[in-house]
Amino acid sequence: MQNGPDPALPLLEVRGISKSFGAVRALREVDFTLRAGEIHALLGENGAGKSTLIKVVTGVFPRDAGIVRIGGEEIAPRSAKAAVAAGIATVYQEVNLLPNLSVAQNLFLDRQPMRFGVVREGEMRHRAKALLADFGLDIDVAAPLGNYSVAIQHVTAIARAVDLSARVLILDEPTASLDRHEVEILFGIMRQLAKRSIGIVFVSHFLDQVYEISDRITVLRNGRLVGERETASLPRLELIRMMLGRELAETTNERAAAREHKTREICASFENYGKAGYVAPFNLELRRGEVVGLAGLLGSGRTETARLVFGAERADGGKARVEGAPVRLQSPRDGVRHGFGYCPEERKTEGIVAELTVRENIALALQAKRGLHRPLSRREQDEIARRYVKMLDIRPPDAERPVGLLSGGNQQKVLLARWLATSPRLLVLDEPTRGIDVGAHAEIIRLIRELCDDGLSLLVISSELDEIVTYSDRVVVLRDRAHVEELAGEAVDVGNILAAIAADSVAVALEAHT
Amino acid sequence: MTALLPRRGLAQILALIVILAVDRVVSPQFFDLRLQDGRLFGSLIDVLNRGTPVALLSLGMVLVIATRGIDLSVGAVMAIAGAIAASLADTHSLAVVLAAALGAGLICGLWNGFLVAVLGMQPIVATLILMVAGRGIAQLITEGRIVTFSSPGLVWLGNGAILGVPVPVAIALGMLILTGAVVRGSALGLLIEATGGNARASELAGVGTRAMILSVYVWCGVCAALAGVIAAADIMGADANNAGLWLELDAILAVVIGGTSLFGGRFSLVLAVLGALIIQTMNTGILLSGYPPEFNLLVKAVVVLTVLLLQSPKLTGFAGIAARLRRTKA
Repeated sequence: MQNGPDPALPLLEVRGISKSFGAVRALREVDFTLRAGEIHALLGENGAGKSTLIKVVTGVFPRDAGIVRIGGEEIAPRSAKAAVAAGIATVYQEVNLLPNLSVAQNLFLDRQPMRFGVVREGEMRHRAKALLADFGLDIDVAAPLGNYSVAIQHVTAIARAVDLSARVLILDEPTASLDRHEVEILFGIMRQLAKRSIGIVFVSHFLDQVYEISDRITVLRNGRLVGERETASLPRLELIRMMLGRELAETTNERAAAREHKTREICASFENYGKAGYVAPFNLELRRGEVVGLAGLLGSGRTETARLVFGAERADGGKARVEGAPVRLQSPRDGVRHGFGYCPEERKTEGIVAELTVRENIALALQAKRGLHRPLSRREQDEIARRYVKMLDIRPPDAERPVGLLSGGNQQKVLLARWLATSPRLLVLDEPTRGIDVGAHAEIIRLIRELCDDGLSLLVISSELDEIVTYSDRVVVLRDRAHVEELAGEAVDVGNILAAIAADSVAVALEAHT
Repeated sequence: MTALLPRRGLAQILALIVILAVDRVVSPQFFDLRLQDGRLFGSLIDVLNRGTPVALLSLGMVLVIATRGIDLSVGAVMAIAGAIAASLADTHSLAVVLAAALGAGLICGLWNGFLVAVLGMQPIVATLILMVAGRGIAQLITEGRIVTFSSPGLVWLGNGAILGVPVPVAIALGMLILTGAVVRGSALGLLIEATGGNARASELAGVGTRAMILSVYVWCGVCAALAGVIAAADIMGADANNAGLWLELDAILAVVIGGTSLFGGRFSLVLAVLGALIIQTMNTGILLSGYPPEFNLLVKAVVVLTVLLLQSPKLTGFAGIAARLRRTKA
């Protein structure tokens, strides 16, 4: 409370913001408070609502409810430009400046110093030079921005934003593509700006950096505000719990009665499987009728593991076996041929073919598996579509509707149907319940359990720890692109997973496990 | 899908009827047909005959566009195939001539497909290379001259008749049926539409998207070569400078008029060919009307705009919703 210069009046005040996209509620009555001169980390997993909140505040999306005040004055920006005028500047991960224009032109785009209708290049360069000098940058401002490193492009974007009289600076994953040294430079600039009473919102999934730079932390989860804390008084374990889990007591009770743990046949196994710079070599055994959960923070290597297992990405070392026989997984086609299926997290860009019908989307993988010369007749397609629309309760039950018109939950079911139609032995599900309304959410979890009772082997990624604990027989925990822990049986609970995720608590987790 | 033609093709069929009606007004003998020397003559036959090259091109182009690609080189491929056919016509058998010309088209298609599917180049740039280079290759083959020939077999391909139907028309019809049978008779149609609709998703579903893309460019090259042979046979000579010139644009136009989106996905072979016929009906109508052919371009633009407006979701959206509601009630 004492770290802002004017504690009575927050710089940016967001109250009760809600935003829905169709049936999906992306934000529910979220509050957020930013003080002048503070660096405030906004944290949460994918789909927690961070970007939606930023986009609502900066006028990219209209909001459904709630108010935004800046310096005590209510604002309702209708466009990004209006937000900038109100003093809110945003720098995104992909710097949206123009790489082919010079640094000076980028800095003064849309407001070039003019005389008699002609841009005063000399004056512009002079001012650009002076502006960047404030940020400790001495570069040739006449050179194209694209010639410089991402870090300098970021600093240029920040300089431009601040020079546009920003009082609030939002940095969305600014460090994602920077090396350690560049991060230091950026942090130096952030601290300097904070001293000038600018409020900075820092979005990142690098927790080390959050602890290094931020004064306070706000955590969102599933579109709701989980809490706002002082960074100094928030232990890392507690922070991860806020990001991933509900109350511990609540979740442990939810866990289904422990399944029998007789040794089942191995469906697929991976030995020293990995890819340099992608995910460190891991050992993984997937048994029939078993659900293995992959837990970890965003960017920990969960999706990367899934893609390697399916064959969407090529491993550069290690062995893969299907039912004991060595196999090569070079492409998704290989994965499909060996009876694997993969529902990616990015449903719209990597899952559905929006324009095609439910029937065609369901038939796609089976058809690809059968090959060109053995087309599924229209009658067979109709039959398959009818069966799965009924079995998974896809709504509306119209197999001829373009799948892009369905809700997220039903699209997910169509993708499940696509793979079930191929009679797979292993299904890899990446965030199967992401962006799905509550009813469909429970249904998909029920389906996961049923499928595994039928002898299917499942590898499931989820950032919802209570969810993963509910259906997993074993949980593999990942951190920094490596498998760091495997929990089985009684050891599968939210507390152990959290302990394994939090870097400094590995010892505790091991102790609990053995 | 061909089965959905009546509903999906309504705009195109209406457009064709309107243009035919206008042609009839401009030229009262437009619908007259007469049989002479075992071959049908008349403006309608003329439309079909003249429309053959673009119809053939559109058969390949529609598949390429369905994968979200484009092939700008088809005009140049026509010139190459025509030049090869003309150069060999008087010294080799018809089978050899056809094999050489179509083989060249196949190689051109493989080249385009390789650049797009394997090297991942943007289709418009990749095929621009052959569009420019191809005409040069054709000129090298003809050594810059107009090569004429008198081989009766090849001349028959351009000017003969089967049961009164001009041979080019019969070939185009045959190719339409063949392409339809291959594409819709196998799983190719679905997999091409999936690839064009969402290549990444299709690949993750196990579709061999590279093979799909490669094969449509190959087929496009073969169709273009066939069009080139027919165009050369028609004038009994090969003019490397002008054969197939700008026809790639007519072919793209035919596909777009046929309702296939340049963003890939759903396609219709029949409607693409119908699009080619719409274009040719306009061309012939303007020629018959006695207006200078320059008007052709303007009229074409107006017709294209009209067809696209008729297809635009914003215009047809309300009608479409109404129709859907009626269907679900019934």
